[in-house]
Amino acid sequence: MGLNAVVAACYALPVLISVLTVRFFYVLWHSGQSASRPRNTRLRCLIILGSGGHTAEMMNIVTTLQKDRFTPRYYVAALTDNMSLQKAEVYEQSLIQSDGMKTAESAHFMQIYRSREVGQSYITSIATTLLATLHAMWLVIRIRPQVIFCNGPGTCFPLCISAFLLKVLGLGWCSIFYIESIARVKKLSLSGLLLYKLRIADQFFVQWPQLQHKYPRACYAGRLM
Amino acid sequence: MAEREHRTVFVTVGTTCFDALVMAVDSPEVKKALLQKGYSNLLIQMGRGTYVPSKVSGDATLQVDHFTFSPSIADNMRTASLVISHAGSGSIFETLRLGKPLIVVVNEDLMDNHQSELAEELAERKHLFCARPQTLGETIRAMDLETLVPYEPGDAKPVVALINRFLGFPVA
Repeated sequence: MGLNAVVAACYALPVLISVLTVRFFYVLWHSGQSASRPRNTRLRCLIILGSGGHTAEMMNIVTTLQKDRFTPRYYVAALTDNMSLQKAEVYEQSLIQSDGMKTAESAHFMQIYRSREVGQSYITSIATTLLATLHAMWLVIRIRPQVIFCNGPGTCFPLCISAFLLKVLGLGWCSIFYIESIARVKKLSLSGLLLYKLRIADQFFVQWPQLQHKYPRACYAGRLM
Repeated sequence: MAEREHRTVFVTVGTTCFDALVMAVDSPEVKKALLQKGYSNLLIQMGRGTYVPSKVSGDATLQVDHFTFSPSIADNMRTASLVISHAGSGSIFETLRLGKPLIVVVNEDLMDNHQSELAEELAERKHLFCARPQTLGETIRAMDLETLVPYEPGDAKPVVALINRFLGFPVA
């Protein structure tokens, strides 16, 4: 009986691994492909905010988005960053006042554990990175985003990886848009470099032409600031 | 003497700790350079720094004042004739949008110093002047505000249009 189970596992495992491998490459290939959809489709958005200049740049994109298409919007920022969500809340409030939209339905605000705080030791970072990744997975499973917008804070990497994993497992599909910060003129940020090299971002934007020459798969469509 | 026109230099370090910049603007060399350029007031936002600049005032010297944080930094920028800022992109673009002359001072003590990239690129395009704490006096003496080129603000529309096209939305 025990032997049968082992034999079964021996057959099942390679099959499972091949299926997942094929699926992995299919997802990788399909991620870069654009789709076609009717004008009135609504897409659930995950918008990742970060401290410093990141939020200002991201809010420039959000204010330009067609709010009827890109809704509901889930804003995520690091647990230690109160300023960023506050800015997004102020903007969503202004939408309600001008359009009479209901924010309770269209905008949600969430916080995520950070992998590493500035100055934290490397040994404890292992544990906190694990915690941050699990939390990111939990958030992505809960939100099930169809579109992700990010521009480089450290918190965006575990969230994008989780979303990509869900795609491979066939538990959801989302398009990931990465817009590298305007502060990156000559080199990509670590998050940007990883998402570019691993081809996890469906569309990758840079804000300086010289950076586009260095990373030819990236798009340059002007500056956000 | 009391009729002297107020020309304020506003120094901002944002939410960072950048004592090297506060010390630099507090130095006799920089104060003298600012006076020579016709500035009358020096207002320093010192953020998390611990170095407290001296508040001296009187004839033929700069009127110096300082504070740590304030919700009205935008107002300070608006009333300034010259802004000296840390290299954070938030402060840089806020100042450029207001069309104020700007000297960005790069903090060399930061570990991952990618911030100097932005300041240097914008300096090359003549939108601002870029300095280090130890070269600030020299930069002030050598600067010619007439050479600055106004900054044309960016626009998110082309990026959003490409995102819409990728997602398959019909182009309006």
